[in-house]
Amino acid sequence: MRVLAAMSGGVDSAVAAARAVDAGHDVVGVHLALSAKPGTLRTGSRGCCTIEDSHDARRAADILGIPFYIWDFAERFTEEVVETFVGEYAAGRTPNPCVTCNEKIKFEALLEKAMALGFDAVATGHYARLSVVDGVPELRRSADSGKDQSYVLASLTAEQLSHAMFPLGDSWKTDVRAEAEQRGLSVANKPDSHDICFIPDGDTKKFLENRLGQRPGELVDAETGAVLGRHTGVHGFTVGQRKGLGIDAPAPDGRPRYVLSLEPVSGSVKVGSAAGLGVKVIEADRAIWPSGRPLTEPTECVVQVRAHGGIVDAVADVDSDTMTVHLREPLRGVAPGQVVVLYRPDAEGGDIVLGSAKISGTH
Amino acid sequence: MTYLDHAATTPMLPEAIAAMTEALSTVGNASALHSSGRRARRMVEEARETIADALGARPSEVIFTGGGTESDNLAVKGIYWARHDEQERRRRILCGAAEHHAVLDTVEWLEAHCGAEITLLDVDSQGRVSPDVLRAAIASDPETVALATVMWANNEVGTINPIAELAAVCAEFDIPLHTDAVQAVGAVPVDFAASGAAALTLTGHKLGGPFGVGALLLGRDVTCVPLLHGGGQERSVRSGTLDVPAIVAFAAAVRTSVATRAEYAKRVEELRDGLIEIIRREVPDAVLNGGEGERLPSHAHFTFPGCAGDSLLMLLDAKGIECSTGSACTAGVAQPSHVLLAMGADPAAARGSLRFSLGHTSTAVDIEAVAAEIGGVVTRARQAGLAGMRKQIQKQEV
Repeated sequence: MRVLAAMSGGVDSAVAAARAVDAGHDVVGVHLALSAKPGTLRTGSRGCCTIEDSHDARRAADILGIPFYIWDFAERFTEEVVETFVGEYAAGRTPNPCVTCNEKIKFEALLEKAMALGFDAVATGHYARLSVVDGVPELRRSADSGKDQSYVLASLTAEQLSHAMFPLGDSWKTDVRAEAEQRGLSVANKPDSHDICFIPDGDTKKFLENRLGQRPGELVDAETGAVLGRHTGVHGFTVGQRKGLGIDAPAPDGRPRYVLSLEPVSGSVKVGSAAGLGVKVIEADRAIWPSGRPLTEPTECVVQVRAHGGIVDAVADVDSDTMTVHLREPLRGVAPGQVVVLYRPDAEGGDIVLGSAKISGTH
Repeated sequence: MTYLDHAATTPMLPEAIAAMTEALSTVGNASALHSSGRRARRMVEEARETIADALGARPSEVIFTGGGTESDNLAVKGIYWARHDEQERRRRILCGAAEHHAVLDTVEWLEAHCGAEITLLDVDSQGRVSPDVLRAAIASDPETVALATVMWANNEVGTINPIAELAAVCAEFDIPLHTDAVQAVGAVPVDFAASGAAALTLTGHKLGGPFGVGALLLGRDVTCVPLLHGGGQERSVRSGTLDVPAIVAFAAAVRTSVATRAEYAKRVEELRDGLIEIIRREVPDAVLNGGEGERLPSHAHFTFPGCAGDSLLMLLDAKGIECSTGSACTAGVAQPSHVLLAMGADPAAARGSLRFSLGHTSTAVDIEAVAAEIGGVVTRARQAGLAGMRKQIQKQEV
């Protein structure tokens, strides 16, 4: 096969590309330039999207002996990922930009370009297991449960997955690093990337305020309706947040307060005790079926509501594009805008992704 | 391999390789006083005379440098500083809008750090600066002009500026003109004295010499503040131990390329015109940039509507055909060409361009290779479209 290896400059994508080469594929490495402001974001190495990272990716491609190119996707990335991210916060939701990037950039814009240019598949360094059973793609959690990234890939359609390759799905991260070392890849000891790549200093609140300005509103006690203080915009808050609420007076019962909900139209941020955070029912829309097989009846499953943690047994009740998910136990900090992923447990081969949808409401 | 990127760098000429190889096995600092030093010095001075002779300059006007970028920096900064020191009101730099980044970025640096004011000289649809545009820019306030800088031939599209006419306009106002002739030497007749330019940049590796060596031809009456201070070599304008083997090879390449220029230009121009004909036949809507008027014999620069330059480049590379999308930044990201933008192209079109540049090793076989692949490559690249751009822009393109 002709395989396009998306190379971020990190250790995972370098080893993924190496394995694609070993598997006998005709591999070309491509680094995506995603930053609209090269002078600011492309300074220093952060594990993806900087000048140093593109250099690291190039050196890895040199060692693998594959052609390497840098493609400028900065405008598309700004439109699809950054502007969506800002818009979601402005609407009082909590987006996951990595999900959007996989869905709209790596496995849409990049995949489409790759296919048009004659490639058969796009390979990435994601930790997830992907196989095709009877012509149907099956996406599972990775062998290394600590690194599993099936959550951020669960918004890919069967069509997208049928042209994806995740060569690291069966591996543990420590083994991948050792393999990079053994292959002579200089990125073997490069730290993992963590923060949101387009917010290099990690200060999401400041980033959003620069884009959205101040949108003052009130902090309201969810039970009594009393105004507890003022804030500079709902985009500074996430459901479940405890720190940085800016309320002077302690709660009457002395227990910590949390953000329970955000109302962008009125600008209200509702706060209350941890008891008010427990979610039993999730409403979600924009359902996606990575296997291409929609659920048609209430289904016992395990759900995950954020990239790390937030896993619980549930029953999903699907109505075409929307679903109601009844949780067996209450979950805290379920934020509208995040993705709920439904898994069928499989301890042996890795939990299988059944579907995903975007959380629109909770109660 | 079909190498059609000679404007980026061209293989060394056999004469240059022979001269360099011989010089590499000798010892001697050209500034030393003993016999090894004198021998090295003699090799440098003979090289200087060779270059001066080939380009209509006096030997004392040849300043050896580390290449084109250094020569451009030395000329633009050095002459600006000298002229500004003489008279403080001289702070304007008149600069062609389609100059190489070695000039543009230098001028911008002077604006940011030394109080210079940039007057960009608009280019026409072919990329040329007209004498009228230059005259108007000067006339708005002649006393404040420090210098003008306009390239002899454009590195991307290959069009040639009327340097002698531009220099004549400058001379009316006693303004020094610098010209970056990196692409011109060895390709078109270049006579420094006849041109009237005050300073002229050339570099080794574009004309069959080695990397890392070049020269600034600097008129004897032109004052230029040095960038590099030290041992006082090169009339104290450019200190630093002279790279004897590189200078000797550079001179051999200048001598050979200038001596064989007429024959070379005729041969390459015929090949290039054949390439243009073939591309127009295979891709009827391809747009030739800088195709009108006087131009280099080697360049064929096309815009392929609806294609991304990086797609075209990758597909051709996979077929063994090497060309360029124009200017690339350090990260290797293809930027929309500032040359095409200055010529009036829209940014999306500027991204869908390729430069084919021929050189002394090009043959008809190279042209046949392009003929066999270009149609299929463009069709495929068109399917891929402009994936990295905003969706809005992509829709407009369709």
